[in-house]
Amino acid sequence: MTALHTPSDVERGRIAYRRRRAVRSVLLAAASTAVLGTLLVVAVTGSPGWDRVRTSFFNAEIAKESFPAVLEGLWLNIRMLVVCAVLALALGLFIAVLRTLRGPVFFPVRAMATLYTYAFRGIPLIIVIYLFAFGIPGLRLQGTPGVLVLGGAALVVTYGAYLAEVFRAGIESVHPSQLAAARSLGLTYRQTMRHVVLPQAVRRVAPPLLNDTVALQKDVGLVSLAGPIDAVRAAQIATAENFNYTPYLVAAVLFVLLALPLIAVTDWVTLRAARRQNAGT
Amino acid sequence: MLLSVDRVRKVFGPAVVLDDLSLAVDEHQVVALIGASGSGKSTLLRCVNLLERVDDGTITLDGEDITDPRVDPDVVRRRIGMVFQSYNLFPHMTVLGNITLAPTRVHKRAAAEAREKAMEWLTRVGLADKADSYPDRLSGGQQQRVAIVRALVNNPRLMLLDEVTSALDPELVGEVLTMIRDLKSEGMTMVLATHEMGFARQVADRVVFLDGGRVLEAGPPAQVLGDPVEPRTRQFLSRIIEAGRL
Repeated sequence: MTALHTPSDVERGRIAYRRRRAVRSVLLAAASTAVLGTLLVVAVTGSPGWDRVRTSFFNAEIAKESFPAVLEGLWLNIRMLVVCAVLALALGLFIAVLRTLRGPVFFPVRAMATLYTYAFRGIPLIIVIYLFAFGIPGLRLQGTPGVLVLGGAALVVTYGAYLAEVFRAGIESVHPSQLAAARSLGLTYRQTMRHVVLPQAVRRVAPPLLNDTVALQKDVGLVSLAGPIDAVRAAQIATAENFNYTPYLVAAVLFVLLALPLIAVTDWVTLRAARRQNAGT
Repeated sequence: MLLSVDRVRKVFGPAVVLDDLSLAVDEHQVVALIGASGSGKSTLLRCVNLLERVDDGTITLDGEDITDPRVDPDVVRRRIGMVFQSYNLFPHMTVLGNITLAPTRVHKRAAAEAREKAMEWLTRVGLADKADSYPDRLSGGQQQRVAIVRALVNNPRLMLLDEVTSALDPELVGEVLTMIRDLKSEGMTMVLATHEMGFARQVADRVVFLDGGRVLEAGPPAQVLGDPVEPRTRQFLSRIIEAGRL
């Protein structure tokens, strides 16, 4: 049916007009980008200190030299990111569910979960890393894991607190009528959570969860404070060797490249969620 | 002629929702669109308000081709009031806030003047005591009356009403219909999509039966609803009678 329809002259005119507008928009966008880009380049390269900055931050030779070490460090970041993200998400979900438990018996559990989210959202991550990586070994307990594991634990505990609040917001955003419907079918509280509330909640907060994962991605670099040689630490070593900041820039570029796929996934999930929400209208 | 829809076509993917549909509405005329779900009533109203872009044909309001892409849709919409099936009041604003939003922000009226006009209307429809309430404290019928007032305070040339009673309890339908009847007596031009055949018969000057995105039958209510020519119209009406809505 659609194929048979030939547009009238009016519609053809409108299509042509819209096409002209689209072409004009693209040209305008290109022109304004070119102007702004040129201005930026002129402003930076024309600055009095540009020559010095260029040699100490944009040295191609040093970049090439430090690249393998920084890349090797990045591999540690990637492994830590995967492990920490999974553990932090699990911890966050667990804490969030604890905070929704009703009944007087669960008061201490609720209180502790609440206290945890308050405390670890407040303490700066750097301090948590110091406490874990230097404080815990100081206890001289048998079987204390290495600084890498302790630094990772600091990340998990801190991000778990943030993610718990995101999950909780999602759980609370599920309308009470859903709970009523599930309970009316005879589902227990636990079954209601598992099959009705959490699936809706997690779907709804997927974009902010992924956003926090992107943030975790770069905070993983902070474990270098405790000693392990990750990309940031590798860049720091290379910087000290050459008295040149280019390795940091190399690390920054690699971090951005690492974040790109995650950011792309976040955007895609957000878009899909928005589409699904608007599907009914 | 106030509104003229000329050979309008609208497709959603493979589905042809409006198929060379033409319709003319004179000033002070009330036109009721009837037809099954999916016959194109809502889409037609949304096209007139430029919420949907037509895929062919033209729509003319006051002699101006509003489907011309050079036309600013915001300016066109200032002349058209629209009321939705599920009210669509803004839940974070009071009744008064909902009503004065467009007068102050779009039409740049002074806040005091807009408030005064809003209160005048609310008093008329018996909701003055609800001015500072939030929409969720109101019944469906009250919410819908507020939504109608929200559209009316902008002095539209044309009102589009999209199944405005479909989400209401039967006992609340009356208060909304009374309000629409009052509007008609004041000469407001209206196009309304409705399932209330009895009401369409009372208030409409012309009833238009849509089927598959086309006007299958149109004429005075007594003829279309009482003595339809098309077999498809008869079938539709007999089903409605079975459902007890006529």
